[in-house]
Amino acid sequence: MIGDLGFNTLVVLFGATALGIASGVVGTFMLLRRRALVSDALSHATLPGIAGAFLLGAWFGVEGRSLPLLLAGAAASGVLGVLAIQAITRWTRLPEDAAIGAVLSCFFGLGIVLLSVVQGLPTGGAAGIKTFIFGQTAAMRAAEAAGLGVLALLAALVVALLFKELKLVAFDEGFARVQGWPAGRIDLALMALVTLVTVVGLQTVGLILIIALLITPPAAARFWTDSLESMVGIAALIGGLSGGIGAWLSAKYEDMPAGAVIVLTATALFTLSLLFAPKRGLLAQTWRYRRLRGAIARGDVTLGEGTPWGA
Amino acid sequence: MGGMTGFLSIDLPAILAATFACLSCALVGNFLVLRRQSLMGDAVSHAVLPGIVAGFLVAGTRDTFPMLAGALVAALVAGVLIELVRRLGKVEAGAAMGVVFTGMFALGVVLIEQGAARAVDLDADCVLYGQLEAVLWFGPTDLSSLADPAVWSTLPRQVVQVAVVFFLCLALIVLFFKELRLVSFDPALADTLGIPAGLVQHGIVALTAIAAIAAFEAVGSILVIAMLICPPATARLLTDDLKAQVALSLLVGGITGVGGYVLGAFGPLALGFETSLNAAGMIATLSGLFLALAILLAPRYGVLAKRRRARAAALDLAAEGV
Amino acid sequence: MLQRLRSLDFIPPKEAGVSPLLVKGLTVAYHRRPVLWDVSWTAPQQGLVAVVGPNGAGKSTFLKAVLGLVPPLAGTVEVFGRPLARQRRLVGYVPQRESVDWDFPVSALDVVAMGRYRMIGWGRRVSKAHRQAALHALDRVGMADFANRQIGQLSGGQQQRVFLARALAQEARLYFMDEPLAGVDAATERAVLDVLRDLDSQGRTVVCVHHDLQTVADVFDHVLMLNVKVVASGPTREVLTDANLRATYGHRASDAPLLP
Repeated sequence: MIGDLGFNTLVVLFGATALGIASGVVGTFMLLRRRALVSDALSHATLPGIAGAFLLGAWFGVEGRSLPLLLAGAAASGVLGVLAIQAITRWTRLPEDAAIGAVLSCFFGLGIVLLSVVQGLPTGGAAGIKTFIFGQTAAMRAAEAAGLGVLALLAALVVALLFKELKLVAFDEGFARVQGWPAGRIDLALMALVTLVTVVGLQTVGLILIIALLITPPAAARFWTDSLESMVGIAALIGGLSGGIGAWLSAKYEDMPAGAVIVLTATALFTLSLLFAPKRGLLAQTWRYRRLRGAIARGDVTLGEGTPWGA
Repeated sequence: MGGMTGFLSIDLPAILAATFACLSCALVGNFLVLRRQSLMGDAVSHAVLPGIVAGFLVAGTRDTFPMLAGALVAALVAGVLIELVRRLGKVEAGAAMGVVFTGMFALGVVLIEQGAARAVDLDADCVLYGQLEAVLWFGPTDLSSLADPAVWSTLPRQVVQVAVVFFLCLALIVLFFKELRLVSFDPALADTLGIPAGLVQHGIVALTAIAAIAAFEAVGSILVIAMLICPPATARLLTDDLKAQVALSLLVGGITGVGGYVLGAFGPLALGFETSLNAAGMIATLSGLFLALAILLAPRYGVLAKRRRARAAALDLAAEGV
Repeated sequence: MLQRLRSLDFIPPKEAGVSPLLVKGLTVAYHRRPVLWDVSWTAPQQGLVAVVGPNGAGKSTFLKAVLGLVPPLAGTVEVFGRPLARQRRLVGYVPQRESVDWDFPVSALDVVAMGRYRMIGWGRRVSKAHRQAALHALDRVGMADFANRQIGQLSGGQQQRVFLARALAQEARLYFMDEPLAGVDAATERAVLDVLRDLDSQGRTVVCVHHDLQTVADVFDHVLMLNVKVVASGPTREVLTDANLRATYGHRASDAPLLP
């Protein structure tokens, strides 16, 4: 099955799996910090950076599209977008959701304008940039895919190192500050990791759908456990499976765009978790509720301290 | 086509479509921004994609009606799914939206790529930034022909569509302004007064979906999101009166629509370049610029005004001899 | 990095007479309304201190400003003779009601272990010894049986005891608690009083915002009477007089004139 695939495809598969693992791990903290949609703005805000970097490259005569340059541009404008959201929520009366939506759409709009400038260039190259919008694994070279995969695993490693600190700030920022932890800088580190994962995922999944990998696997993982450690592990598993299966399906069948298939795989795994997870899944909840109702009707239940129903 | 005829057939209908799209989105957006539901616009405008494609696949044509119907159904499904995931799955609202709309958008992308849609020019790009350049009006030949009612009856479908939706939104909002204001301010109070807050809130979301879908084809989803949020947010920084806010947001939306198109289409020519810039993107960018200006310079809620006041207060306290 | 930080934590011997907490000229205003005005106070070497005053007198703000959670307009805070920023590890805080996400995937034990994170230091795992200490702290508030419960599945009083245990696990020298006895169930009240007595007997200083004048004398040996300004402070028996009470509660802080 997998043996039929060429070396290049295998490396792309590895890259997508690594991306899924990293985004599951990093996304868990974004989800718990209730910042899930900030990463949506971040990823949309990368477009003007990509197009701007391309134009800058063309200006200085860089041949064709240089991936590191484009990704550096993406990271720069993505970070700028996140800073803009923070500034707006901090300094104005506008709520965070309005700030997120405004930054997301205006940065993306600017990106489209710059893209139309690129289109007007005699050198062309707009098509190469457009692959970042929806993702395109077919065009990836093995070296690129491998490098990006390693970067993604690096992000997961940093989370493992800072696990305790990220957990503390995500759970109770005020307490962290009283204890003297630099909560602001720990948050910044998390945003840097999210930026890294986003930029790494641009080529594989595309900037519109990359947030699905940051949100969906962690949200699915939450159904299976009440412990953060296992939640991170399960999110990594679901993310990795989505990346791997999606990239494989896309390589096997024509007309299956990798980014969308990866996201659909994650959505399917989320749906399964929502329905069938033993602890918080819908079926388990319904079943427990029924059993409790039956027990109350038979008079088998008495109230005692510390026995919330369903536990 | 060049000169006046070119302007009347290419630029005028595009300006009309863009401006009406901006106006209806800005109008509805006021209540999204107040209710902290701005991202509903983001979610809806992504989630309608599979509906549009399905409508197209079922009907086999690019007629408006099947695609609009598909989009409406998809928006409805998205709304229900988001509620289900949030309530039953106890998933935080933002994340619930993220899970649902990315899944639906991905489904739409796969449907598009699955061949059937490729026969005609329905691609994912134009979902994002629309096809303003495809809005053409063959009726008018020169300025004087605009006086002829028959010419107006040939107004392109996209323009008619957004104009009708704008007037629909305007009528509904004028009619139910009192209820909308109360529900935006205090849904619980509205309930006790016998105004069904839930119904009004669902109405706002439904109106958002209609405005978004109507504007979608001409200007794309990104401009829809920008217009739902930026003009109302700009107006919110300039006034405390809801009526004034709605009026200001319409003004800002209108100026942005016309100004953005003109900048995009004629800006480069004026600078001596032989290209034009993407108009939808330009309008979104301009709306962001207006918002940034309001953030900095608004007389009462602007950053600079606040700074000045804080400094004055600190000086006063210091003068007290602390 | 933490090793260096830890060596900075400095507790002078009692004989040196350095107070656990020295507040000088602390002034806080929200917009233009003064909430705390030129508050200077020296905490006693050890014991339980009640901060009392009418609603809006700035009691909670006093704790928050001392802890650096609210930016003061003026004033300094010293903990054991050094600026707070260098002595954070010596300070524990139990807020009135934790505003955390109760659905967060952590157990009661996880939460209590967070009290020891500063001791453990950057990037290191929570060792068995630290887990044991956290479990011990849970036991002291009578919550050892619930160690592995997800915090959202505990009752309100139980949750409050978990956060009390977290402060205990910190092994701080100086504690701040915001109304630890307000609106709690009987079991929690017992646990809080036990903990306060324990801390007192270990020679720690505990500063509590307290609203119930009836019970002040039963529990606390010192009071700080606050109404925007310091009205009086000292041993409970000497300070809790009719005259002082009238001076503290006589006029409402909200009637204070606006600053120009």
